[in-house]
Amino acid sequence: MATNYTSTEMMTITAARSLSSHMTCFVGIGLPSEAANVARMTHAPDITLIYESGTIQTQPKILPLSIGDGELCESALTTVSVPEMFRYWLQGGHVDVGFLGTAQIDKYANLNTTVIATKYDKNGKNGKQSYAHPRVRLPGGGGAPEISTNAKEVFITVKHSTRTFVEEVDFVTTVGFGRDGKARDNLPQVGLGPTAVITDLCILKPHPQTKELIVVSLHPCVSRDQVIEATGWQIKFADTLSTTKAPSDIELEILRDLKARTEKAHNQQEDQ
Amino acid sequence: MATFMSLAQAIEAGVKNGNSVAMEGFTHLIPFAAGHEIIRQKKQNLTLIRMTPDLIYDQLVGAGCVKTLVFSWGGNPGVGSLHRVRDAIQNGFPKDLETVEHSHAAMANAYEAGAAGLPMAVFRGYIGSELSDVNDQIKFITCPFTSEKLACVPAIKPDVGIIHAQKADRQGNVLIEGIIGVQKEVVLSAKHSIVTVEEVVDKLDAHPNSCVLPAWTVDSIVVAKGGAHPSYAHGYYMRDNQYYKNWDAISRDRESFSQWLQSEVLQAGGQ
Repeated sequence: MATNYTSTEMMTITAARSLSSHMTCFVGIGLPSEAANVARMTHAPDITLIYESGTIQTQPKILPLSIGDGELCESALTTVSVPEMFRYWLQGGHVDVGFLGTAQIDKYANLNTTVIATKYDKNGKNGKQSYAHPRVRLPGGGGAPEISTNAKEVFITVKHSTRTFVEEVDFVTTVGFGRDGKARDNLPQVGLGPTAVITDLCILKPHPQTKELIVVSLHPCVSRDQVIEATGWQIKFADTLSTTKAPSDIELEILRDLKARTEKAHNQQEDQ
Repeated sequence: MATFMSLAQAIEAGVKNGNSVAMEGFTHLIPFAAGHEIIRQKKQNLTLIRMTPDLIYDQLVGAGCVKTLVFSWGGNPGVGSLHRVRDAIQNGFPKDLETVEHSHAAMANAYEAGAAGLPMAVFRGYIGSELSDVNDQIKFITCPFTSEKLACVPAIKPDVGIIHAQKADRQGNVLIEGIIGVQKEVVLSAKHSIVTVEEVVDKLDAHPNSCVLPAWTVDSIVVAKGGAHPSYAHGYYMRDNQYYKNWDAISRDRESFSQWLQSEVLQAGGQ
């Protein structure tokens, strides 16, 4: 096991390990894309990666900057139209795992990528109010609202901080388990929802009954207090708390090579 | 039937103040040259429709051409925010901007419904999302066969649809290759369509299942070499990722955007 790695590398490699070769994974851009490609280059060579731009079974050698870089199409088995992607492939039930990032996440794993609100009025707080008075306008939902319900399950990877991990999101762009934790009850056509949240400090999973996110594994050398301090609600820990396995030398080498290759390729483009 | 013309003629004839205009291209084949021509012709009060507004609508919003933005993901991919769009929403600069916000699945379905001549699209979507609280175009219906609750949104039927493509033949048939996004749906759903292309060739050499728009589905064809830059044209040029990165600083500041607009669009002339 390696000892010299950053917390971000720990997060990416842990996220990568959550994927396996037999899965079909619908990949969000950024951290999820990095993790999914590390998985493909390490323990999950046969994983099927799908991006919302329509590229199916893509095998990029470098990480794309956007969801539709040429590299994704050139290395894909096939490329379909965007309506076909969302209707046949995602809604049609061909996606095992949706892999998402977010700007805000709450204790029921609801995601907000729409607005950060000006006023935090605890009593009158709801999505509509926040939307009308944004302090920060975020990009919006993109593919996530339907990835979250049409994929069989969802993994989320995001850095841990009180800015991101809030008790209640300002706006539910993408449902986890709803503001009451019951949004998926009695909906047989809808997937399991978020089953793992991987951060730079720990792994969280929803409680089987309440659906509240609880910490199930701490990364090496991370304390409970660090997680408590970085979470905007009274975070709970599983009775049997694991320690996440540190990255191996090979995993780190592959991740660092991928990032260096990506950077070099993007710089070459700049020189053209 | 497709008529070949200059970019200035095509925009002049096709885009009127107050029109709803969909300029599509999912990261790939974004019709930037056409967008810049719309700015040069100072079109006003447009309703712009696009899944990923990208730099092209940031520029049009910053230039003051836009009244309403219909979209599903409004960022600078891999870089950050669309600062001109944000300035318009948060501060009303250069003017107030109405937004109609969807998810990608909703817009893709709505374009398809438009192309299919239906009044609305039905899909399994928006479950638990608060977007339906802030967009009255999002409704739910009950399936008459299974009783499942499903989302529906009105079909997109823009006044004008504008796309970029790799090539057209001399009759005006158009070939689109690579990431095809919603290019076909936009042209088929629009009342009037403009296609800009990298080049005109004698023969398209299209495979039997290629994405081809017959000449009789297109109104105006314009040769605009490099017309998708800084996005890309598969087989012609790569995405200019550095341009996207540089846009962050240019667009963040009203003054630097204004200078960019003057030198790169208004005084640049066009093709």
